Amino acid sequence: MKIRNALNVKTPKPPSQKNEGSSLGIRNVKWLSFPYILWMVGFIIIPLIVILYYGLTTDDKSFTLDNIGAILHPINLKALRIALEQSLISTLICLLLAYPLAMILSKSKMKSNSFIVMIIILPMWMNFLLRTIAWQNLLERTGIINIVLKFFGLPILNIINTPKAIILGMVYNFLPFMVLPIYNVLIKIDKDIINAARDLGANSVQTFLKIILPLSLPGVVSGITMVFVPSLTTFVISNILGGSKIVLIGNVIEQQFRIGNWHIGSGLSLVLMIFILISMAVLSKYDKESEGSGLW
Amino acid sequence: MTDNKLINLVNITKSFGDNIVLDDLNLYIRENEFVTLLGPSGCGKTTTLRIIGGFENPDKGQVIFEGKDITKTAPNERQVNTVFQKYALFNHLTVAENIAFGLKIKKKSKEYIKDKIKYALKLVNLDGFENRMPDSLSGGQQQRIAIARAIVNEPKVLLLDEPLGALDLKLRQDMQYELIRLKNELGITFVYVTHDQEEALTMSDTIVVMNQGYIQQIGTPEDIYNEPQNAFVADFIGESNIIPSIMVEDRLVNILGANFACVDAGFGHNKPVDVVIRPEDIDLVKPEEGIIKGMVTSLLFKGVHYEMEVQAHGYDWLVHSTDLVPVGSEVGIRVDPFNIQIMNKPESEDEEAVELEI
Ligand SMILES: Nc1ncnc2c1ncn2[C@@H]1O[C@H](COP(=O)(O)OP(=O)(O)OP(=O)(O)O)[C@@H](O)[C@H]1O
Ligand SMILES: [Mg+2]
Repeated sequence: MKIRNALNVKTPKPPSQKNEGSSLGIRNVKWLSFPYILWMVGFIIIPLIVILYYGLTTDDKSFTLDNIGAILHPINLKALRIALEQSLISTLICLLLAYPLAMILSKSKMKSNSFIVMIIILPMWMNFLLRTIAWQNLLERTGIINIVLKFFGLPILNIINTPKAIILGMVYNFLPFMVLPIYNVLIKIDKDIINAARDLGANSVQTFLKIILPLSLPGVVSGITMVFVPSLTTFVISNILGGSKIVLIGNVIEQQFRIGNWHIGSGLSLVLMIFILISMAVLSKYDKESEGSGLW
Repeated sequence: MTDNKLINLVNITKSFGDNIVLDDLNLYIRENEFVTLLGPSGCGKTTTLRIIGGFENPDKGQVIFEGKDITKTAPNERQVNTVFQKYALFNHLTVAENIAFGLKIKKKSKEYIKDKIKYALKLVNLDGFENRMPDSLSGGQQQRIAIARAIVNEPKVLLLDEPLGALDLKLRQDMQYELIRLKNELGITFVYVTHDQEEALTMSDTIVVMNQGYIQQIGTPEDIYNEPQNAFVADFIGESNIIPSIMVEDRLVNILGANFACVDAGFGHNKPVDVVIRPEDIDLVKPEEGIIKGMVTSLLFKGVHYEMEVQAHGYDWLVHSTDLVPVGSEVGIRVDPFNIQIMNKPESEDEEAVELEI
């Protein structure tokens, strides 16, 4: 539920739109949500229950906390720590890259916003796996980048199978999820709000810090959620770009399922879920403080 | 009001794409003057304010402030504050923080800011609203916060874009009074935009009537009302009868075939002109005493007066009178000579366009 809400970026509303969605209109279209509810039950609720069941039981169906306790195993703990580090770093890099980009895009005089949005999501039209494998080829010791570097007599890049490559893969794949929500809140900030700040004597830096940044925080929070969560749980990127040298918690879970140990896999998944819930709770608290009303 | 030109707009031209919004506009505003821009929707009032405030750059022309060219100066460096048409409140800040915004930037002391917030909220009749969020306020309340946020800065010039548009009659009159008091107390120059001609007539020192990016007339409220320079102004300010007529000779005009005495001269002999007669200036008399005879065709009660239409010589005369004359009555029409305003027929194409608009 919360992840779905993260997509629903809250934006400053003009005062006139307050009384939208009369009860009449909503009642009439209520049945429309039926397929959606069916979908949620079938593909979100039931799998969650299954994971909960496997995570809390042993092979002979008796209750246990051992599967969750498995996180304390040094190997798993290390995998979790690395995963947290890597996803935090890549979320931060995404934020630092995305915010200025979203600012530039939102200010551009380009007639159609849909064109900008398309450019950002264009890479996503290609399969996620393909894109990551492409990076693998690019970064390889004998890959294209190094061939070019060698040609110019420059030192070659040696980052494949290192944490750097994984972060690169995460940033590359998840950057659009940071840019779009921020861009969306930025273009919805009324130009006259910014004019009003300038009118009252604020220079452009003050206007940014006191007006634009706080008003765009809901977009930043959504962006962080949408980058942090998939980064924390990914195993594909680390598989392809990290070789088998760097094991993230996602890899551990994948391996457990692969070798048929659903109980441990589910238990570790639950731990990960708890981390995600905590991080979102923290974020939503920040958002509340800045916005005056909640995002969730 | 002094004779000092505080703001001078010189040959301002502004277009958006193909749409020429302001065409070679010239206008000066004196210190402590209350200037109102009046005109139909889309005529360029907001654009003029935005050029003074610095939010829009003119394509051509200059904005002079106290003798200095500020055309390229950033809005935060102009001694001007604006009340925006759509309020533009900071929705993430409380009412108090909104009002304090400009003062905090100017690094005023905490005490000073607190006093100012209290004073401003009292002025706009919203005591105790300090900690409310703007989007929890009604439109009229938001509008008053926007006024409070601008005035606490005590700027040299206050630009107000329909600042009382969302208020009910009673509150609007109170606020009109407060604004005038504020202007006199603090010596602020007001540039005011409104649709409401009554508001313009009661509050302003000077009214600027605009249409389609052109200034139609600049003058005191009395000038504008009593001596409109063209049919557009006459029609826009108050209700009026605008009748194509012939100026027979000095001080005699032929309206719809009957000769009326008037006070204007210098239009030449047998020249086509437009005549403006305000509905309240028409006297209904016994048929045989009138210059023109006609019949009352409609009657509406308007509170202070009755509004009647009198069909006479092929024209529907609009008449306001405190005396009721029933529909179907035969009446005579008289007009005192000084209540007949003669206007030249439009000559230039621009004026022609204006005429067609009506
Ligand atoms: N940013 C803009 N881009 C394009 N056209 C604009 C822009 N701002 C104003 N216009 C156009 O300029 C013209 C004048 O607009 P302006 O806002 O000055 O009118 P106004 O006199 O304030 O009208 P109202 O009384 O309805 O507020 C209008 O035709 C409007 O469509
Ligand atoms: Mg306007």
